[in-house]
Amino acid sequence: MTDNPMEKMSVVEGSYATAHAVKVCRPNVISAYPITPQTHIVEDLSQFIADGEIDNCEFITIESEFSALSALVGASAAGARTYSSTSSQGLELMHEVVFNVSGMRLPTVMTVVNRAVSAPISIWNDHQDSISERDTGWIQLYAENSQEISDLTPLAYKVAEDKDVMLPAMVCMDGFILSHVFEPVVLLEQDLTDEYLPPYRPEHILDTKNPKTFGSFADPSVYTEFRYMQQKGMDIALKKIEKAVDEFTRIFGRDHGGLIDTYRADDAEILLMAMGSVVGTIKDVIDEARIDGIKVGLLKIRSFRPFPVEAVRKTLADAAVIVVLDKNISLGLNEGSLCTEVKSCLYNTDINTPVMGFMLGHGGRDISKGTIHMIIDKSQKVARSGIKVENEFVDVRGDLI
Amino acid sequence: MKIAIGGMVEPGSTRVNKTGGWRIYRPLYHKDMCIKCGICSLLCPDSSVKAQEDGYVIFDYDYCKGCGICAYECPKDAIEMVLEEK
Amino acid sequence: MKEIRIHGRGGQGSVTAAELLAVAAFKDGHYSQAFPSFGVERRGAPVAAFTRIDDIPIRLRSQIYEPDYIIVQDPTLIEVVDVTGGVKPGGKILINSDFSPETFKLDTPAEVMTIDATRIALDIIGLPIMNTVMLGAFAGATGEINIRSIQYAVSERFPGKVGEKNSKAAYEAYKRLEAKR
Repeated sequence: MTDNPMEKMSVVEGSYATAHAVKVCRPNVISAYPITPQTHIVEDLSQFIADGEIDNCEFITIESEFSALSALVGASAAGARTYSSTSSQGLELMHEVVFNVSGMRLPTVMTVVNRAVSAPISIWNDHQDSISERDTGWIQLYAENSQEISDLTPLAYKVAEDKDVMLPAMVCMDGFILSHVFEPVVLLEQDLTDEYLPPYRPEHILDTKNPKTFGSFADPSVYTEFRYMQQKGMDIALKKIEKAVDEFTRIFGRDHGGLIDTYRADDAEILLMAMGSVVGTIKDVIDEARIDGIKVGLLKIRSFRPFPVEAVRKTLADAAVIVVLDKNISLGLNEGSLCTEVKSCLYNTDINTPVMGFMLGHGGRDISKGTIHMIIDKSQKVARSGIKVENEFVDVRGDLI
Repeated sequence: MKIAIGGMVEPGSTRVNKTGGWRIYRPLYHKDMCIKCGICSLLCPDSSVKAQEDGYVIFDYDYCKGCGICAYECPKDAIEMVLEEK
Repeated sequence: MKEIRIHGRGGQGSVTAAELLAVAAFKDGHYSQAFPSFGVERRGAPVAAFTRIDDIPIRLRSQIYEPDYIIVQDPTLIEVVDVTGGVKPGGKILINSDFSPETFKLDTPAEVMTIDATRIALDIIGLPIMNTVMLGAFAGATGEINIRSIQYAVSERFPGKVGEKNSKAAYEAYKRLEAKR
């Protein structure tokens, strides 16, 4: 490690940092269909391929997202390390295949560049797309900045390809906010990545010389067991993610936290929870609020699937109020997904702390420091006088409705 | 403004968006050279070159983006693109 | 932290300007962040791009509401967009125009400066693309960034003749406004 961390950094676009991270993971098959705001990642990867910078790799330009992921089912079954990336409607179009990949236990890694879903059409960021794939058996990791999205990419392969896990992984980055930001990043070094991530050597591969069936039929006498085994894989992934994080820190010297990360949470009475890029803004606001004597901290979720129930419980135990920020909504429940998970993991425990949910940042609505300050103000009142409104939308424009 | 259910929009809403401000070059019309062929009016992507009853055209600078297709296609060079004063 | 907001129209290279400013600031030894306003990508439509510069890593991800500096690449935007919005007192607003700053009658606590960047671009680059010229002007007007770092960022992004011309045009604008600082 050098004394000055800036020496190894260069100012690049978040999408480039991601594409570079994919490159040094040495994928064998990339299959993707362009969609805003994911486009720059696949453009950069195409350029790498055209320039001969990725050995033994085929980029399949394909007619739709449905086909893009379908192609990877075959490629991954044949033993290839596979990659795709998509956003929003692209991910929705993949939905059927998303389940196939996880059910067949194929460790594909896909960068989801988070974007709102239609209608109304919006190219801007929120988390509704990946959250809608919450229950599909994919690991879901969320990144705060360009460095974290880079660093999570080899980590995702390492965990996904672990023979005790064998589950696909989505690495989620906020569309535009991270995909189009230029900021200093340490681009992952090929030699360190090789040391960290061994070649993919699956136990079973699709091979005409040694034929096997993949993706078979399951009647009611065996189907339950498939789902049970997938859940076991998720349980094991919890520990494997922590282990992969430790090894990453040992080799690369960077640490963004494990399944979760915390910021000034030790003595926090108000504990904010969030995922993705908004975490950075929250940290700045926490520093400002702390100067005013407000005991506020942050619990950042890095792994949304598997959900780190134990780690969350432990961190939340001493807070006076838990405040969850969600860039998504479960329509009909009036609640964001992270809020639901948090409430669910506190029930049947001794923790009886009020949980408030705020839904914000939909379709790219900017989340200013003022918005976070306002949320902290509201939660201070709840800490004093109890909860009245459990979930609410933030920054709704009354003049439009 | 109120959002209608499902985001239904009445026609004509983009009239307020005067795209004339996008121009860097402005079409300058030399009427004396014009042979009234109407090609400029036909090819303008923004319907901003309007043919009059006498066959000559007028430019709608509220919406002309200054793309220069009219000047490029004019067989008599009767339209000249000049730098917009800003 | 210094925050810069760039107003322009689609196709005028505002986003590129914000990125080059971030590269130049990093070259100067600062942390930096550049991002677009994520508007609809339409040639001619009003767009904004943002750059932050600080001596510690930048975590903030919101848009910029109270900029220290504002760059206006196209003066016709002044009628359409609140280009001066939120500018800090003592800040600077740099407008691409051949008119004097007073012409615009802006109600702002910031200092308004003008530079005829389109003319400089046409004379030196041969195209009415003024983004790199405005960056040179920014370096001259504010002293926040070394002009050599701007030129480095420009040449790195546009190798060869194009970069040379842009770099030269940026330096020309720098000289003019540095003299007024």
